[in-house]
Amino acid sequence: MTARRIVALSAGLSQPSSTRLLADRLAEATRAELDGRGVPAEVRVVELRDVAHDVINAMLTGGVASPALTEVIDAVTGADGLIAVTPLFTTTYSGLFKSFIDILDKESLTGVPVLLGATGGTPRHSLALEYSIRPLFTYLRADVATTSVFAATDDWAAGSTAGEPSPLPTRITRAGAEFARTIAARSARGPAADPFAGTPDFADLLGN
Amino acid sequence: MQFGVFTVSDITPDPHTGRAPDDTERVRNILAIAEHADEVGLDVFATGEHHNPPFVASSPTTMLGYLAARTRRIQLSTATTLITTNDPVRLAEEYAMLQVISDGRMDLMLGRGNTGPVYPWFGQDIRQGIPLAIENYALLRRLWTEDVVDWEGKFRTPLQGFTSTPRPLDGVPPFVWHGSIRSPEIAEQAAYYGDGFFHNNIFWPMSHTRQMVNFYRQRFEHYGHGQADQAIVGLGGQVFIRKNSQDAVNEFRPYFDVAPVYGHGPSLEEFADQTPLTVGSPQQVIDRYAAMRHEVGHYQRQLFLIDHAGLPLKTVFEQLDILAGEVVPVLRKEMESDRPAHVPSDPPSHAQRVAAARAAGQLHEQQAAAADHWTGRTAEDDIEAADAVGGAR
Repeated sequence: MTARRIVALSAGLSQPSSTRLLADRLAEATRAELDGRGVPAEVRVVELRDVAHDVINAMLTGGVASPALTEVIDAVTGADGLIAVTPLFTTTYSGLFKSFIDILDKESLTGVPVLLGATGGTPRHSLALEYSIRPLFTYLRADVATTSVFAATDDWAAGSTAGEPSPLPTRITRAGAEFARTIAARSARGPAADPFAGTPDFADLLGN
Repeated sequence: MQFGVFTVSDITPDPHTGRAPDDTERVRNILAIAEHADEVGLDVFATGEHHNPPFVASSPTTMLGYLAARTRRIQLSTATTLITTNDPVRLAEEYAMLQVISDGRMDLMLGRGNTGPVYPWFGQDIRQGIPLAIENYALLRRLWTEDVVDWEGKFRTPLQGFTSTPRPLDGVPPFVWHGSIRSPEIAEQAAYYGDGFFHNNIFWPMSHTRQMVNFYRQRFEHYGHGQADQAIVGLGGQVFIRKNSQDAVNEFRPYFDVAPVYGHGPSLEEFADQTPLTVGSPQQVIDRYAAMRHEVGHYQRQLFLIDHAGLPLKTVFEQLDILAGEVVPVLRKEMESDRPAHVPSDPPSHAQRVAAARAAGQLHEQQAAAADHWTGRTAEDDIEAADAVGGAR
């Protein structure tokens, strides 16, 4: 069976970052569920920080993407599933995260399964995932998983109540499993399609 | 092979002085650049068409008509003529007039334009860019090849019994290029008609240019205009040249760093690495551009952007001198050194197109404008004549 390509995108800025940690955990939960279903998967984690300058340069030049950025864009838009994780800055996704989304072709995430994650200082911002980040991907016509995962700083503390598992790992496992089921239900997308394959014949363009 | 220059006609302050030319000065500078390009022996001068500041080249055929009289040998062209927001009837008239005035020493490159507001300013919608380009060009061709045109389409008022004048020189329309950076539909259009395809790759990595050109070449063959390697291809490029490479970099960097199109973005080195921008010695430019044919196949026209980013006129003249004196002769030799005999060196000239049309039996005597259907002696004459041309009312 062709391996599903999962890309986990982290817009965390610090190194190490809790955003990257959440992206790793979500990717692992997804892979575990796919494994359990006998669906092979390759996971790649992309840190936007590595191409941050290139993202801005692409915006300033009207689309000149460096080879490194082109490679990241191709990986993201060609994935069987995208895990998108951003830190919340002043109530919403980070500027870097949004800038990266802004340079993607608007059609390029249409129908792609997406699992959302966000990190923040306090739980008070957890709904930013729903009022701000989900609509962005809805606009792009991505297939966004119902469960999204917010992790505040405190959530990284070990088991909250004695004997009970911490809510964050539970939520990550549930989100990953749900996301994995969506991916498993589809066939692998395979290699990138020929970008010219969909060009209509000129007779059709002329409307004859 | 043809080597030339194209201008986007930007007005940009010189970063050393903060001074920008006014519109009049910039227009005159562009004309002087074109005349100098002719004097030093470059093959092509092409002007963009823009309808928003800081660009001044709004009226290409006026400029090119003047240059037709002022220059001797250089081919006059456009980069690009807006096929979306110009009325194809006006394009047919203006470019046929330019063809007659220049005695066939012209061609034109059609493009859609990338500035959103230009569309509504001219009563169009940018979301209809591709359909506009397709319908308008189909009409433009008919206006050039058919003496009397009845036409109805989506985007302009219908025509009944319309004749575009002057008729094309020797009954053969100008050669047309289609310029597109990203849209395969336009490469498809160029291939369908057997026209030229120009990829203005100045912001693009070669991998993308190669894909677009290869697609055009395959479709050109598909539509039966010849083999894929015989399709007519042009590329853009941009250079800044000094005898010593480091001098070129030092002199150009201040202009690059603040230029409106890429300033404050990638470094000069990154941009030069990822796009055809070459800043260096004549030999570096020769090596970089001689290698282009290995990417896109043997091609026919190479245009350089050299007068942008606020460079002083004197510097642009020096660039033309170096380009024509030290770069082009060697580059031309390299480009022709391994060109197969069946692949044309140049895009078809007017004389070649006339000969080809004659050989194909497509040329008839130029229709004399003797029969004036429209202005009879009385109103009744007029109506009868109109009925005869346009069908019964």
